[in-house]
Amino acid sequence: MALAIPKETYSGKIYHVQLGTGAKAVTIGGASALPFLGFEGTFPNKPAVALEIMDIAPDDWPETLRKAIGGASASPVQWAKFCQQNGADIIALRLMGTHPDQKNKNPEEAAKVAAEVAAAVDIPLVILGSGHAEKDTQVLQAAAAATRGKNCAIGKAVEENYKTVAAAAMANDHKLIAMSQLDVNLAKQLNILLTQMGFDKERIIMDPMSSALGYGLEYTYSVMERIRLAALMQNDPMMQTPIVCDIGANVWKVKETLAPEAEVPEWGGLEDRALAWEAVTASAMVTAGADMLIMRHPGAAAKAKEVIAELM
Amino acid sequence: MALSGVEIFKYLPKTNCKKCGHPTCLAFAMKLAAKQASLDSCPDASEDAKKLLGEAAAPPIRGITLGTGDKAVKVGDEICLFRHEKKFFNPNAFAVAIRASEAGDAAAKKIEAVKASEIDRVGQKLRVDAIAVADEGGDAAKFASVVKQVVDGAPGVPLILVSKNPAIIEAGITHCADKKPLIYAATAENAEAMAKIAKEKKASLAVAADGLDALTALSEKVKGLGVDDLVLDSGARKAKDMIEHLTIIRRAAIKKNFKPLGYPTIIFAGRDNAVAETVAAAVGVMKYASIVVLNSIEKWKMLALLSLRQNIYTDPQVPMQVAQNVYKVGDAKENSPLMITTNFSLSYFIVRGEVENSKVPSWLAVMDNEGLSVLTAWAAGKFTASKIAQFITESGVEKNVSHKELIIPGYVAVLSGALEEKLPGWKITVGPREANQLPTFLKARA
Repeated sequence: MALAIPKETYSGKIYHVQLGTGAKAVTIGGASALPFLGFEGTFPNKPAVALEIMDIAPDDWPETLRKAIGGASASPVQWAKFCQQNGADIIALRLMGTHPDQKNKNPEEAAKVAAEVAAAVDIPLVILGSGHAEKDTQVLQAAAAATRGKNCAIGKAVEENYKTVAAAAMANDHKLIAMSQLDVNLAKQLNILLTQMGFDKERIIMDPMSSALGYGLEYTYSVMERIRLAALMQNDPMMQTPIVCDIGANVWKVKETLAPEAEVPEWGGLEDRALAWEAVTASAMVTAGADMLIMRHPGAAAKAKEVIAELM
Repeated sequence: MALSGVEIFKYLPKTNCKKCGHPTCLAFAMKLAAKQASLDSCPDASEDAKKLLGEAAAPPIRGITLGTGDKAVKVGDEICLFRHEKKFFNPNAFAVAIRASEAGDAAAKKIEAVKASEIDRVGQKLRVDAIAVADEGGDAAKFASVVKQVVDGAPGVPLILVSKNPAIIEAGITHCADKKPLIYAATAENAEAMAKIAKEKKASLAVAADGLDALTALSEKVKGLGVDDLVLDSGARKAKDMIEHLTIIRRAAIKKNFKPLGYPTIIFAGRDNAVAETVAAAVGVMKYASIVVLNSIEKWKMLALLSLRQNIYTDPQVPMQVAQNVYKVGDAKENSPLMITTNFSLSYFIVRGEVENSKVPSWLAVMDNEGLSVLTAWAAGKFTASKIAQFITESGVEKNVSHKELIIPGYVAVLSGALEEKLPGWKITVGPREANQLPTFLKARA
């Protein structure tokens, strides 16, 4: 009996989304088949790896992580340059300092940092608010205006604030990251709402809400698989936006990346464990269809890039 | 392909004799189609019916058991391509390779590591499942001595014997003949000799070929030689080849019922760098590898891989449950806040994550509500004032905290009055509705 390769017929395709400008611009998306199945589709762009920086010192990041970044985190600009030198395809600036529980920085301060970082590196920039839906509207508006012309991705637009955040991205020619709460239908719903207000669907990057290995990873994994199947098999235009997974923020707060070996000897050495935790989470997300990863540890990002290269 | 009840009915005697325990042949056929009955219970089934239904009833991917006894592991016997379609049933086995050159101390260390590998995670005991002894340089006596060392050192742990030389396998298998090892591997060159050993010793046999066409041909050949328990290796080592080959094998078996590839699979994830090996193995875990062979089993590596396997093989329809307990988050003291949530693992993970984010050391009481989320559990009458009161009273949390204040999820604010009645002396505080508001809430109190 000869084997006939059982190929799927895909009717849909993921949109191409370009970030940044010039020689170092990065395009994500474009897949015409389920992840890495080269025998039945094409993958013009490899998943991109963004390294995360903040507008404040990473004092609440675990020591393992701070050690890997060293003194570079003293200023956002220095930190961004460090990430570019350490292989980041993209810089993801999280304006955490604007959160009312953090430094409660005002939108103007945040915008200044965003502009400085954008000027300091030539790779694309993702600009994220602090996750405070209300404050983010003003912060992202200011940051989007200050980086006009840089073709950044601005986010995250969520149910509570998508109109203002999308308007800020639209007014300043940026792309948009839209996050929904771990549900296929909610992800689609948010994309529909955005397009209804006139936002071009081909300028959206979808964040299905990430989770860390061992902490609900299977939910994100299956939601992403279902999104990708709907995009490709059912040709659903509202599901064909590239997917970003914001994994560093989830990974670096779980016990597996924090607890020293002395406390949990059965878990082995902390440094390898923590690095593997972020790298394995990353590999799970690209296997499920992620087009962009936002990571924190340069070493873990390097491992993620290695496996992506092996998969392409 | 699976037959429908009506199709099966055509092959039954249609006598409605009830000897099978069902009222009619049609009812029995329906049960057969749902795989809730076996044709064996029909005394009058024809040979034709048995043959046909037997083939139709055979799972698309044969299930194979490695080893014997309580450490035996079953792999294969899967029915879907995506876990959300139903679930993945039999978690892949992790095996560590011990090379013949590691005989002695190095092998002893790995054997001890396998024995000490068990971890408890969300109520499940997870461990390295098997040991692969790999021939190196064709020294039969040395190979056999390592097999013996493993059998003696880690009794009961399933074995994989790795050599393409039948004479080497013969030498090794004498020490584990009754333990249902997996022989790796039959190739186009040695198929007859390997099949003979596998049949004699009732061992499973891996078939290894370069590429899927060669693998198909070899699998048919070895099956033709009378070996039923096969395991497939297409030679894929690079992550891309692994995903592609394993996907094609799984699809051909499940969607096309292509018998030559309807078996479990084995991959060798070995890499020079331990993190790279972890990530390569992870790709195999997610995309259909049934047996994953590793070069080394550092504790951190196994924690990551076993956690991933647990995630991927969780039943999407049965929520993962966290054990009922009062968990300490951070360096909680007797005056730290006490919160309650349900034992749906996602609720727990998200709430715990946000409490950790807040940096406010806290006590988190997790109540067994059969894995339902807060609102669902409340709606189902499993998260009621009296049940919460009983849990808090019996949990012994009063020994941990000096105060009597319980923070309940905002979604069940309605319970606060009844709870204060059921828990005399306690103050019930209504917390935020969503976990992501916890840091703000907790910091404002601190």
